[in-house]
Amino acid sequence: MTLLTKEHLAWIGQSEPPVEVEVSRRDIVKYSLATEQVQERYLRGDEAPPMFIFNLFGPLLEIPKMRTDGLLKGFAGPKFPLPRVMAGGVELAFQRPIRAGDRLIGVRTITDIYEKEGSSGPLIFTVRSLKVSAADGEAILEEQQTSISR
Amino acid sequence: MRIELEKLSIGDELPVRAHTATNVTLFMYNAAVWNPHRIHYDERYTTEVEKHPGIVIDGPLQGDWLSQCVLNWLGDAGSLSNFRYSNRRAAYLGETLTTGGRITQIDPAKRSVGFELFVKNEAGEVTTPGSATVTLNG
Repeated sequence: MTLLTKEHLAWIGQSEPPVEVEVSRRDIVKYSLATEQVQERYLRGDEAPPMFIFNLFGPLLEIPKMRTDGLLKGFAGPKFPLPRVMAGGVELAFQRPIRAGDRLIGVRTITDIYEKEGSSGPLIFTVRSLKVSAADGEAILEEQQTSISR
Repeated sequence: MRIELEKLSIGDELPVRAHTATNVTLFMYNAAVWNPHRIHYDERYTTEVEKHPGIVIDGPLQGDWLSQCVLNWLGDAGSLSNFRYSNRRAAYLGETLTTGGRITQIDPAKRSVGFELFVKNEAGEVTTPGSATVTLNG
């Protein structure tokens, strides 16, 4: 038995509108302190640690539009009959680091949706690709992120 | 700083580092990445509604610690080309997690070095395996 319908699978290949992000030195410093970085280039905010990319292009919504679990309503993607979402895995390929002052454009595309039977019930995996470039078109990185609904 | 490629060997181990997240760590991290999921700060909700045994340490935070394991070895001697990790087992507030890894591949022509990485909990179980490839400066 599968929980996935044609409607769910029709999301594969769909991209969200491009999102533009300005990277501030202060945001890099906050991230670096929270993650216990030790290298000066990160602690000064000159350069962002690679994992700074996590949720950098995530939606910013008014509180009433958020769900009671704190996750965001309306994140583009299918609605599964499984209530809980966990971070799965991330794969990153870097062309160059993100630096303070960068103006970045991110385009997120759902590249795969599949189901597996876990030890405590069904799991649905959603894979999103995020291509990040500078405003002038220079490629910065590509991320593939998996979220697990259970 | 320069890393001599010819002095590296398959199996060489990276320094291990311990991380003990506190509530403050998780607050700061989730604020920095704008993640309001309640399993990272609301204990009652986390245990009663989502049925975790405690506040959950973010998977991507463990991913960051894993990346630092390589980055802090590398310093300014090169750059990270590829990095991957997978959160296999949840980790909870109060646990001390340890990062480490070892060299699995050396490519002199590309000046690249591959690593297998881990985050382990106090029981020695891997919560987050990963891998990375760095390119050393010429």
